[in-house]
Amino acid sequence: MINMLEVNETNHMISDENLDVRTITMGISLLDCIDSDLRKVNEKIYHKIVNYARELVKTGDEITAQYGIPVVNKRISVTPIALIGAASCRNPGDFVTIAQTLDRAAHEVGVNFIGGYSALVSKGMTPAEEDLIRSIPEAMAKTQNVCASVNVGSTKTGINMDAVRLMGEIIKKTAYATKNDNCMGCAKLVVFCNAPDDNPFMAGAFHGVTEADAVINVGVSGPGVVKHALERVRGENFEVLCETIKKTAFKVTRVGQLVAGEASKRLGIPFGIVDLSLAPTPAVGDSVAEILEEIGLESVGAPGTTAALALLNDQVKKGGVMASSYVGGLSGAFIPVSEDQGMIDAVNAGALTIEKLEAMTCVCSVGLDMIAVPGDTSAATLSGITADEMAIGMINQKTTAVRLIPVIGKNVGDVVEFGGLLGHAPIMPVNRFSCEKFISRKGRIPAPVHSFKN
Amino acid sequence: MKKTIISVVGRDTVGIIAEVCTYLASANINVEDITQTIVHGFFNMMMIVDTSSSTKNFQEMSSGLKEVGDEIGVTVLCQHEEIFDMMHRI
Repeated sequence: MINMLEVNETNHMISDENLDVRTITMGISLLDCIDSDLRKVNEKIYHKIVNYARELVKTGDEITAQYGIPVVNKRISVTPIALIGAASCRNPGDFVTIAQTLDRAAHEVGVNFIGGYSALVSKGMTPAEEDLIRSIPEAMAKTQNVCASVNVGSTKTGINMDAVRLMGEIIKKTAYATKNDNCMGCAKLVVFCNAPDDNPFMAGAFHGVTEADAVINVGVSGPGVVKHALERVRGENFEVLCETIKKTAFKVTRVGQLVAGEASKRLGIPFGIVDLSLAPTPAVGDSVAEILEEIGLESVGAPGTTAALALLNDQVKKGGVMASSYVGGLSGAFIPVSEDQGMIDAVNAGALTIEKLEAMTCVCSVGLDMIAVPGDTSAATLSGITADEMAIGMINQKTTAVRLIPVIGKNVGDVVEFGGLLGHAPIMPVNRFSCEKFISRKGRIPAPVHSFKN
Repeated sequence: MKKTIISVVGRDTVGIIAEVCTYLASANINVEDITQTIVHGFFNMMMIVDTSSSTKNFQEMSSGLKEVGDEIGVTVLCQHEEIFDMMHRI
């Protein structure tokens, strides 16, 4: 029988340590919405999303009320729109109408983000995929809740450098198109290598073509819970440290599993996966950086940061995997700068640089996330940073991503405010040496060998 | 049958259990177990209740008990038992 200590521990995690379920994301396949008539495509997409997701927000709120665990976000991911619009969209403007339809549907059902305005071009681009990518700046400017992502590389195919080059330009154009809104468009645009089909987290969520018609994926959170647990084992050896993280991750993930199962049952939609990521928020005490500091770093970014993060990430997985029947998505510690107060403080203190963040992404998901850079950073440099991050993913057989925000009109020393879960970010300095000639080469980087690992 | 855990936390005062139980009785909710302690003047109680014959739905019971708690200055939370089972039992 449950005892009072256990009840108090759980409730303490929720009330004082920011334990929550970060998102219930309903993946919806739009493959059956394909049509050669654009008007019909838009109509079918709207009706399918609204029909499937009508009860999503209400269900999330009911689960919150009955279990006392906050379900912070209710979201939707859809099949990459480059595939859905290929038969009907003749130009980037046509794709924008689909973005607006997604936005309308998201609004109607009350979710805060809808992901899947995406193209998967890791080896090559079809004309439709290129049109979708070129439509991203306008689509981001004309919608509120739509998130875009482009997969430009994979371990199996190598890196499509034509797409990487194009994305540098698109990121800049998106920043310009949304410059009156703090370049917010770039906060909803992710470039991926090895993008997973079942990621519930935004802005990179889309519903892969390997998925069922609809599915419920859940992303758990809990950096604050891990941090508090580690406070109780200060100075202990690595075995104790790792055991503590594992046990805590187990408990956090069990809640995710419960919520996923309940949501799936109540909505009559199959359960897909629980994503084991530690997802920080700008709230005090909900920071991955603070966990690393609790492990023993004066500030995140100090020597030892990569090792501490590797340890943390691995223990979270070890604890989480046993707690859930199906694990998927990104499953790792997120290290976004603007969404994590500890990261922001480290940047302001001069302890954390883009280069160190890049090194950290070698051992954890997901990548250079929510990093604000000077508005005058060239498209080639954005592509160069992206290519580096994609290379890490390709060689290490892991997902990596880039979400950079070149903040128009701002420079190092300034701060950009996104608000809400997206937080605020100091503008970080970027290496000023050019990679123009490298990025202007055409074609792709071949797939790596899968042997001779060194 | 799903059981509900009611936890009550707050500064100790006369009649906390009486108030909570009166509400539960009025809603035909059966109390199966009570654990209660007072630490440094703070009242801490956990009840396991069976709501299968309840005249109120979960939402009504939850907000009703919250009101009872507000009147006597304690925090009352109602949660399905499963969240604790999932977290603390393999």
